[in-house]
Amino acid sequence: MKAAVLIQRWYRRYMARLEMRRRYTWNIFQSIEYAGEQDQLQLSSFFTFMLDNFTQLNGNGPDLISQLLDPVVDPWLDRETCYNLIHVPESYTGPRLSFPLSVADTNALLSAFKDQQTLHARYVLQLLYETKKLLKQMPNIVHLSTSYYKEITICGDLHGRLDDLLLIFYKNGLPSAETPYVFNGDFVDRGKKSVEVVILLFAFLLLYPDYMHLNRGNHEDHIMNLRYGFTKEVMQKYKTHGREILQLFQDVFSLLPIATVIDGKILIVHGGISDQTDLDFLSSIERHKVSGINHAASTSSSSSSFFVLVNTFICFTLEQIVDILWSDPKIQDGCSPNTFRGGGCYFGPDVTQRLLLQHGLQLLIRSHECKQEGYEFCHNGKVITIFSASNYYEEGSNRGAYVKLGRELVPRFYQYQVSRTTRKLTLTQRVRAAEGSALRALKEKLFAHRSDFYICTRLASGRVSVCEWALVLESVLRLDLPWRTLRPHLARLAPDGSLEYQSCFEDMGPGIPLPQVTPNLAETLFRYRTDIEIIFNIIDKDHSGLISIEEFRQTWRLFSAHLGVAIDDSAIDDLARSIDFNKDGSIDFTEFLEAFRVVHKLDSKDQQLHEKMDGEKRTG
Amino acid sequence: MAENSKSAEATVLNTKILKKLKGAFQAFDTKSDNTVDIKEIGTIFYSLGFFPTQADLQKFTSEVEDERSGYIHWDRFLPAMTKVLLEDKFPPIADELLLQAFEVLDIEKRGYLKPEELTNYMTKEGEPFTQEEMDEMLTAFTDEEKKHIYYKDVIPHLTLERKM
Repeated sequence: MKAAVLIQRWYRRYMARLEMRRRYTWNIFQSIEYAGEQDQLQLSSFFTFMLDNFTQLNGNGPDLISQLLDPVVDPWLDRETCYNLIHVPESYTGPRLSFPLSVADTNALLSAFKDQQTLHARYVLQLLYETKKLLKQMPNIVHLSTSYYKEITICGDLHGRLDDLLLIFYKNGLPSAETPYVFNGDFVDRGKKSVEVVILLFAFLLLYPDYMHLNRGNHEDHIMNLRYGFTKEVMQKYKTHGREILQLFQDVFSLLPIATVIDGKILIVHGGISDQTDLDFLSSIERHKVSGINHAASTSSSSSSFFVLVNTFICFTLEQIVDILWSDPKIQDGCSPNTFRGGGCYFGPDVTQRLLLQHGLQLLIRSHECKQEGYEFCHNGKVITIFSASNYYEEGSNRGAYVKLGRELVPRFYQYQVSRTTRKLTLTQRVRAAEGSALRALKEKLFAHRSDFYICTRLASGRVSVCEWALVLESVLRLDLPWRTLRPHLARLAPDGSLEYQSCFEDMGPGIPLPQVTPNLAETLFRYRTDIEIIFNIIDKDHSGLISIEEFRQTWRLFSAHLGVAIDDSAIDDLARSIDFNKDGSIDFTEFLEAFRVVHKLDSKDQQLHEKMDGEKRTG
Repeated sequence: MAENSKSAEATVLNTKILKKLKGAFQAFDTKSDNTVDIKEIGTIFYSLGFFPTQADLQKFTSEVEDERSGYIHWDRFLPAMTKVLLEDKFPPIADELLLQAFEVLDIEKRGYLKPEELTNYMTKEGEPFTQEEMDEMLTAFTDEEKKHIYYKDVIPHLTLERKM
């Protein structure tokens, strides 16, 4: 029937356009995310550089550097944990764990966390201490057999999403002899409940070490945690003992196994592999010695041939591990550096084939990449990506999934999506919400680079061709996005078809205006606020949120060395003095950062418009 | 002189078309290797403003697919799409026709369709919807209170053009 066909074609077209928008939104989120990770690795290499060269700094240098990075303490050694001495007040109504843990303890933790309670620092420390003891006994690569279990469940990235973990436990069952689990890394960062997620995982690990298995992810790393939220979350929830807790986490993370093998046939790692990956070599190394991304490099300071040899060896080891934790699969054959992320490789189907063949394996299961359906096959079914954090970028952006393997080793996938709203959202609404969020993030990036843009276009007229605009954006932001297609959301066109680039920033402004701050300085500070925050957090040893003006000056000097940016010392001094609101010689860093948060003025207007469109009553 | 500007104009136009096609293609080139999954061809077509039928899509796909690999390479996509553009193979359908189509289905001329009726038409006639497509359409367009689909209100959503 012709009418039906017509309507169907229209509808399909409408859905296709929606899908297009969803794609663009996804690209934006992913590009910004990976660019952030790249910045992270740059920051790490900066720290390495500083360590190697600290003697070249001014007189205050060495103190600051040794302050900057914790002394290289072997995580194998026992740190002093005085959890016994920590007093738990009568008023504390949360779980009181008793070791060795029992099912009562894990149940208590589950209900406590569902009720938004926080576990007392004393128990956190004890839990971590026990976990560390257990992990020391584990090999780098853990071998499992399905002859003992009916089915093994494998989960991917959780990133602090407690709701997703609870949903998995609800749907699939708690860890037990009948329901063994492998969690494939990235338990923390980004989500707001990283502490709760990782405590639950460790608790079950202690309860059932034979049925609960954890792989290390690239976010189980203290430098990553500084940037992506875990450190902050710990410090906020544990003001007194946060530092101690973080140090123990650092040890525990470095002791997590890096791979799991099932029945000698299925390899599970967080990121992927490279053409250099040697599983036998990986089994033999001392994994705890290769802790943070820059940790190993910090042991290289002498040029003697012995140290060079050791250094080369450490670098090689480090690279092997970085490959395991950071690599992504690609479609074409070969192995190339992962420039998107800044670490690890892109590995092709031939690399997968070769490794699987070499070790008699038949399947590689990995995580590390967000997938719309929660999972994805590639390399002719030889590689599975499994991702367990639903709505990762935005409400409705993706499903989460877990995979189950029985004796016959045939994967079965289970998908889910945590939903905050009770009303079922249409695809339109979800796409719109995600799109709005992505565009806001993108605009902030634009705002952060606007002076670069001005320099590139060198125009006073405020007009530029769309072509030029796109080219400049690509080179300045280093984000590979379809700029032309996104243009309508970002900038206005003048009647003659040229682009008014000021219109990009019209609706944006700084949070709190700081009159003493020159626009250039403000912009630089805004652009690098995450990096500055990280350096600051390292300096602020007692995590009080305050630093002295001198420390602030040092932070800035160090950082400009990193950036190669020349900022006037006196400008920094003025800035520091103006921020010292109490005039007591110390700066509240959170307040400082607030000044550089960007406010979107049109937010409320946008919302009104959307509500109007959604709620339009029929006129006919 | 006039000829120069004409060919210059043609070049500009071609560049624009090229950029447009490239943009649409790249949105689905997830691995940045100049290939897209054939399943996405329909979406690409629609997003560029064409209205192929499912049969049209099948035919196009079979002509450009890379030896049954499930992928289409840019090198084959570009000439085929340019041809489609120049020959105007799948012209857009006028908005008014859409309203007429709905009115044809609304036999009693009530101004609305019941979900069961629309489902019947969409899943049994023409080029049938999948269950997922049907569910999404119903969720998106059914009036919450009256539980009817007031197609006159639906049409603006379907035809709402965002200038690309």
